[in-house]
Formats: sequence, C-alpha cells, structure tokens
Amino acid sequence: MSTPASKQIDSATLWGGKVSPFSMGYGKIMMWFFLVSDALTFGGLLTSLGFAKFANPETAAEWPAAEKIFTHFPFTHEHLPLLYVALMTFILIVSSVTMVLAVEAGHRMDKKGVVKWLAFTVVGGIVFLGSQVWEWKTFIAGPDGDISTWADNATLAYNSYGPVQYADYFFFITGFHGFHVLTGVIFNIVILINAMNGTYERRGHYEMVEKVGLYWHFIDLVWVFVFTFYYLV
Amino acid sequence: MLRDDIIEYSLDAHHSEEEGKKKRKEIWKVTAILSIITAIEVIVGVIWPKDAAGAAWEFIKWGYIILTIIKAGYIVMIFMHLGEERKTFKMMVLVPYLIFILYLIFHLLNEAAATGATWNEFRV
Repeated sequence: MSTPASKQIDSATLWGGKVSPFSMGYGKIMMWFFLVSDALTFGGLLTSLGFAKFANPETAAEWPAAEKIFTHFPFTHEHLPLLYVALMTFILIVSSVTMVLAVEAGHRMDKKGVVKWLAFTVVGGIVFLGSQVWEWKTFIAGPDGDISTWADNATLAYNSYGPVQYADYFFFITGFHGFHVLTGVIFNIVILINAMNGTYERRGHYEMVEKVGLYWHFIDLVWVFVFTFYYLV
Repeated sequence: MLRDDIIEYSLDAHHSEEEGKKKRKEIWKVTAILSIITAIEVIVGVIWPKDAAGAAWEFIKWGYIILTIIKAGYIVMIFMHLGEERKTFKMMVLVPYLIFILYLIFHLLNEAAATGATWNEFRV
C-alpha cells in the first residue's frame, strides 16, 4: 500500500537545489565508478599472473626474468635490458602530465592551452602504441630475432623463453592494456576536435576534458603496475 | 530536449590564473618525482638483476612494490586529483576497491602457495 509522502522534502536537499553531491558532474562520478571496476579487472589479471607463477614450483623455477628477454632497443643491437620498457613508461608518464596540464588549462577556460596540451597527449599515446607493437614483434620473434621463421616464435601455445603461461599473460595483460591505450587515444582525438571547434567554450566548462583525462591517467596508472609486476618482479 | 551536458548545479571546475600557476608548479614537481622513481627502478634492475641478487632479492622486490604504490598514490591523488574531491567521494572510490583487491590478492596468493606445497609433497 503506498501513500504519498506526508513530509515534503525541501528542494535544497534534492538535486533541484542546484548543488550536486560531491560538487562533481554526473559524468565524472560515473567515470570514477567505471574506473573502479576496470581497476578490479586489471587487478584480477595481475593477481592471476601471480597465481600462475606460484601455484607450481616447477613453473616458478622456469619463470624467465624479464631483463633476459626484453634486452633490445630499436635501431641498435646493443644489449640494453629493460631500457626500452622504461622509456615507454616514461613516455606514458609524460603524456599523463600533458593531459593534466590540458585539464588545468580547461579550468582557466584557456582554449589554446587545452588544444596544445591535448595534441601532445595524442602524440604521446600514439608513440606508446607504436612502441608496444614493436615490443610484441620483438617478443614474438623469439631469441633468433626473426619473426618470419616460425620455429621459435611465441604464440599462445608456445614460448621459447620458458613456461607458455608467461607468453599468455604477456599477450593478455599488455594486449588488454594496449586496447585501453587505443581507445584512450581515440577519445583524446575526439575531445581535441571538440575543443578546437569551441564546443566546450560554448558549453562554459571543460569538464569533458577532465573525464577523458581521468581515463587517460588510469591507463598510466595501470601501466605502472604492469611494469612492476610483469617486467621487474 | 533534456541535455545533460549543460550543468546547472555548482561545479568545482574553474580556477583563477593565480591558482593555475600554483597547480602547474605542483604538476611539474610530481612529474619530477615520478621520473626519478622510474629511473631508480631501472637502475636497480640493471645493477642487481633478479638472478644475481640472491638473498637481497626479497628486499629489492618489496622495494619495487613500495615504489610502485608511491607512484600510484601520486597519480591518483594529484593527476586524477582525487585528493581534492570531497572526503565522502574519496572513501566511496578507495574503500570498496581496497577491500575487494586485498581480498583477491590474499586468496589467490594463499591458494597458489597451498597448490605449490601440494605439488612438492606428491611429486615422485
């Protein structure tokens, strides 16, 4: 049995009171909730990597050290362990910085600044994606460094460096992360075009840059953990 | 037509030129910290590789993990400016995540250790 509420709630308590809970836009709150669930997905992938590694002592003993595999650097044959991954990490951190500078420019309604920093962010994202393609190619090619010979190429069922699971988790984790980078770059390009067209200037605020910025920082955040738990530990 | 891109309620979405300068200074400071931490991780990795580290590896491993969590803290609190949001919102994001992820880490690593011990016991 339902009866109308006897006590009237004054509008200031409701959203109609022009005050949003947390002083944030609806979209930004939802972006945070999405990121929490996405962070759990990546957390699940990384902890299951730990499970695969430690559940079998033989696998753990054969588990290769990343600095023995990722020793290559583009355009040179020097032995430079982990240096390229470190450079990739640095590129992603820098593109995160340019993104936060774009958000900051948006808070001052500085259209030129937003466009400039967003353009740098897009470039950083594309460089990172290209680096990841190169990293995959180097890993798949195996110890002989030739991707056209299928004898020692890494697949989901074969890995010449050690346990197959090592290759599987490499493809899954960096692949899932790379897919996030790809969508992030697409989002960045979309809001870059909008910012150039003055969409947010007319709207009166640059909150959309902030929302996409949250997603982009999240990609950087995940990579920091992938770098540690896949390459270092 | 109902449009949700026009926000009529108050937002903390603007700041002045003066505050902007302070913000940018902080951003560059955090950039330096993140770069230095990454550099330390790589240098440690080159000088003491996993296979050569021996008994020191446990310390190095936990060092990496602690440095990673420090980096993550700076990214979430400063770059994603969760530190500037309302306290209730901060808790709403961090508490459920930490509860679930710590639960997951505890159980998966615990299970992995138990499975590994069983392997060792029954291997012929």
